[in-house]
Amino acid sequence: MTWRVGTIVSVHDETRTARSITLDVPDWPGHLAGQHVDVRLTAPDGYSAARSYSIASAPSDIKRFEITVERLADGEVSPYLTQEVAVGDPLEVRGPIGGWFVWHPEQTEPIQLIAGGSGLVPLMAMMRARAAVHSMMPFRLLYSVREPDAILYADDLRALAAANDGTAITYAYTRVAPKDWARPPARVDAALIAQATWPASQSPTCYVCGPTPFVESIATLLTAAGNAPDRIRTERFGATGDVR
Amino acid sequence: MGIISRGFSGRRAASDVKLPPGQYLTKDFPVLSAGPTPRVPLETWEFTIADGKNVVQRWDWNAFRALPSETPTVDIHCVTRWSKLATTWEGVSLDTLFANVKTDASYVTVESYGDYTTNLPLKDLMGGQAWVAFRFDGKDLAPEHGGPARLLVPHLYFWKSAKWVHGVTLMRDDKPGFWESLGYNNYGDPWKEQRYWE
Amino acid sequence: MNPPTDDYLDGNAAAGELSTIFAFDITAAEGQCAACGSMKRFAEAHVYTQSPGFVARCAQCDAVLLRYVRTGERVMIEARGLSFLVFDAT
Repeated sequence: MTWRVGTIVSVHDETRTARSITLDVPDWPGHLAGQHVDVRLTAPDGYSAARSYSIASAPSDIKRFEITVERLADGEVSPYLTQEVAVGDPLEVRGPIGGWFVWHPEQTEPIQLIAGGSGLVPLMAMMRARAAVHSMMPFRLLYSVREPDAILYADDLRALAAANDGTAITYAYTRVAPKDWARPPARVDAALIAQATWPASQSPTCYVCGPTPFVESIATLLTAAGNAPDRIRTERFGATGDVR
Repeated sequence: MGIISRGFSGRRAASDVKLPPGQYLTKDFPVLSAGPTPRVPLETWEFTIADGKNVVQRWDWNAFRALPSETPTVDIHCVTRWSKLATTWEGVSLDTLFANVKTDASYVTVESYGDYTTNLPLKDLMGGQAWVAFRFDGKDLAPEHGGPARLLVPHLYFWKSAKWVHGVTLMRDDKPGFWESLGYNNYGDPWKEQRYWE
Repeated sequence: MNPPTDDYLDGNAAAGELSTIFAFDITAAEGQCAACGSMKRFAEAHVYTQSPGFVARCAQCDAVLLRYVRTGERVMIEARGLSFLVFDAT
């Protein structure tokens, strides 16, 4: 898999700290929902840094896709991508990468998506993929997020939930909840898993994405709730998502 | 080389101090690790010097901390290109630890809790060049930086300063350690930029 | 009080680099740990990327499965910790 040079065709700030970047890549082979790309930046003296970012857009035939980048306070690459890049800039990417943390429209079992913060990105690609093919497959999303302002793709999520055959979305606020929210701010726990996710008896395939501690915690809760380990697919992000 | 990214320079700060070739100055202290942080209770911690399979010296934590210590201030250089200057430590010199050890071995393998090893010539541990360090920057050495104690041998790239050090084994034949066996230079002098196998 | 989780990612994070060596997707490959015998998808391996190279460890027992180093001129890989890897070749 080689590095390709794409061109930034649009940027859109999703929140105060997250930006979506749309790229045209001339010989892009297309992608599956859940896959990611590596992005590489190179300084004039040859120093380079690379990071992985999930593709947020649905698979399609056009040679264009979108990534969403969360700015980390002490990051090396994310401040550049969220604050410096401009439409028209080239960007080196490698991918699409990953064949396990992927949803295919041919899958017929119930799908449980569980996102921690910017772990929503690859799961959003799955929900957009489902919508693009007008799939009726049963999807649920449990989205753990610090506070309402941190919600990514807020409008799109509302639209997906409201659609007739929509995905059921449960928000779990961990720091600040909206006024009059029934559940006080708290991490996802066994009670919320029991209340908001597909019962294990339905044999869902679960996709869990977020920071490593979040993923470990959720995987443990899902297993305790009766889901078999091979029904739980995970993708860990880190503040240090370094690639070479 | 990749295409140049307009306006990107990475974390590096320009400096007018002389650094080894290819290094940049950092104010952080990055945590690099090849595996999970071992949790080593002080009640069970020990440091040993072995000659082949014979343990010739052993200290538990109390005995180790009763040894005379030094407070070196040193520059450290990581093979991943960051350098940190004038870092302050407290540790026991390897000269002190080897005071009663007689050997004709020329090499050591340094062993850590967990499965990490590194190798170097014995003479590079002697003569005021190396310590088993238990304090950094005025505080007890944190586990993610190698606490309770790590090797500190700053004249070589910092992967030689093995975290969570457990002991050294004297060797007659040099045996490449964890990174040396997979492409990293057997010696690792930053001033000669000995990062990789030649 | 939970002990701090160490700073590892998973096999997905190593897949881009490994794609320069393996023609087939490694994340879906099933591998057997030579130390404890557990069989898991490579995506589930604990990958330490904050390193001179990267190290993939068994999620069950933490033994090293695979080590990877890319220097200026070479890529080196050592996988004694994997008894085998099974790739889907379809």
